[in-house]
Amino acid sequence: MTLTNNDLRKLLEDMIYIRTFEDRLRINFAAGAIPGFVHLGIGQEAIMAGICFNLQDDDTIGASHREHGVLLCRGIGGDKLMAELYGKRTGICKGKGGSMHAGDLEKSTLGCNGILGSAQTIINGFSFAHKFRKDGKLAVTVFGDGASNRGEFHEGLNFASIWNLPTIYFICNNGYAISVPKSKQNKVDDLSARGAAYGVPGIQIDGNDIFAVLEATEEAFKRARAGGGPTLIEAKTYRWRGHFEGDPDIYRDQEEKDFWMAKCPIRRFEKYLLDHEVMTQAEIDGIWKSASDRVDGHQKFAEESPWPDRDDLLRDVYYCDEGSVQA
Amino acid sequence: MREITMAEAIREALDEEIARNPEVVVLGEDVGLFGGCFGVTAGLYEKYPNNVLDTMIAETGILGLSLGAAYAGMKPVPELMFSDFLTVCADYVVNQASKNRYMTGMQTGGQSAAMVVRCPNGAGVRAAAQHSQCMEGFVLNAPGLKIACPSTPYDAKGLLKYAIRGNDPVIFFEHKMLYGVKGPVPDPGEDYVVPFASADIKRVGTDVTVVATQAMVHKALSAAAKLEEEGISVEVVDPRSLKPLDKNTIFGSLRKTGRLVVVNEAYRTGNALNEVVTLCAEECFDALRGPVVRVTGPDTPIPFSPVLEDMWIVQESDIIKGVLKALDA
Repeated sequence: MTLTNNDLRKLLEDMIYIRTFEDRLRINFAAGAIPGFVHLGIGQEAIMAGICFNLQDDDTIGASHREHGVLLCRGIGGDKLMAELYGKRTGICKGKGGSMHAGDLEKSTLGCNGILGSAQTIINGFSFAHKFRKDGKLAVTVFGDGASNRGEFHEGLNFASIWNLPTIYFICNNGYAISVPKSKQNKVDDLSARGAAYGVPGIQIDGNDIFAVLEATEEAFKRARAGGGPTLIEAKTYRWRGHFEGDPDIYRDQEEKDFWMAKCPIRRFEKYLLDHEVMTQAEIDGIWKSASDRVDGHQKFAEESPWPDRDDLLRDVYYCDEGSVQA
Repeated sequence: MREITMAEAIREALDEEIARNPEVVVLGEDVGLFGGCFGVTAGLYEKYPNNVLDTMIAETGILGLSLGAAYAGMKPVPELMFSDFLTVCADYVVNQASKNRYMTGMQTGGQSAAMVVRCPNGAGVRAAAQHSQCMEGFVLNAPGLKIACPSTPYDAKGLLKYAIRGNDPVIFFEHKMLYGVKGPVPDPGEDYVVPFASADIKRVGTDVTVVATQAMVHKALSAAAKLEEEGISVEVVDPRSLKPLDKNTIFGSLRKTGRLVVVNEAYRTGNALNEVVTLCAEECFDALRGPVVRVTGPDTPIPFSPVLEDMWIVQESDIIKGVLKALDA
């Protein structure tokens, strides 16, 4: 695919923004400012930025609990996302969803699903609607190697195949389902091989290489838009942090972490841009500084926002409430 | 007024709503050419091949797709072949459809995950423990769902049309033993809906209030006719929807009669009508002139043998006994 220097700059900006946003979540969670659970996708930024780069506005995407970056790339707005994670009324879901459900359907971006696997069937409803309406759009579901062992993934992929739906199944294979390594989960070397069982093309890529993500999604999206049906993409990657913040992470050794951190998708992309004289180090430093300033603003917005009140508790259950909410 | 069966009434509702909104889609196992396991969708596939879709045996796939299509603004009406299969795809009902509007801060532009899940319910067809249950109680506890349980062809058509035009997820129970029961229904051209939370007094009486649902409404009515011969006047109230529940009609009846019997086919513990008893105890206790009587199935799986199944199912004689017990108290 042909990328302009502006495209490359935007991709780097997105990846650095995601890293900076998530790193702030790490710090503020540890400080006790963020309630509940937070799962960070630090180390997986190329996947989030790369997929979103090839999406059109009305394409649908639903990601998992580790992909705050997808929400940011889809323009949900860092203020509203940060406020949601703080549980504030100004959050994108009015503080009722939190990290595990934040999304914005008006931007065709679903919240993460708290039940792993369910999103892999629900996504077909969106791709079905796109196909039914002949609008040329598609739907992507991004999930982990862990969720790929749920029956719903298999049922969903079969549905997408037999109904020839424009659904892209994108597995971020970071090697661990919480603490359980791949060796205890499945015998196939590559999860992409599972596509063959359903008559779906299965593609495997290096998820830390932004160009590989861009190329694989471009090809799959093109096929889906042309009526060619679903594709299964498996991106091998690694999460730098534990499953959730606070995870003692006793199941991985430092040597393994160092190996993967040396393959940082952002540093790798920066090196490419420097080597090819697309950007200077000063420009890259500027992007990091600018991302940090943006995230400062989001944090301030979240901290200064009001908490929801008792009226919010009882609202939004039904569209038409014929007296059915008892309290 | 002409008389048609409940199966025909439901089919007419689907037919008319697809014609009214081309984004209504009916999907499920064998709902296409085969016409559905109970023949409810017969002929619809031929008329609307793009809107009536056969699926593989995959309840989680069916409900997941329906849910996504509902979020995307379509109006899916999935059919589960038996309401018992709600357990297979319970996640999409209990954890997804019921919660999505709330946990996303109702971003869907005023719409919930508004699918209408049609569920054939109930015992009596010798189908044993996993194809015979009444599952209302199973879904009643989840916030954000609406639950309809019609007893007549008129109510079934009107409630289903109301459900399909609404913006909330609905679990729509259809009793298998009522599919072939006929009743008056307006001609196809005469559009009408039956709103939820509109209980219907199926028989007016003064001595005792019997709240019954689905097949039990018919048994309660025949029990009431027999009791009338004994000089006992029974009022039969059909809630028609369990959530939302029209409690005021029930309270009004109870304030008149002072006696309450609830009749529901399902298991006794966790029975959906226990909620009616609770509401009456909370808000209408002063009107009660004696203990409430529950007439329900026992807390056992539903047996296969016709002899045993008939013992399991609440019969007219059980309701008569229940009414007499309420009056003796």
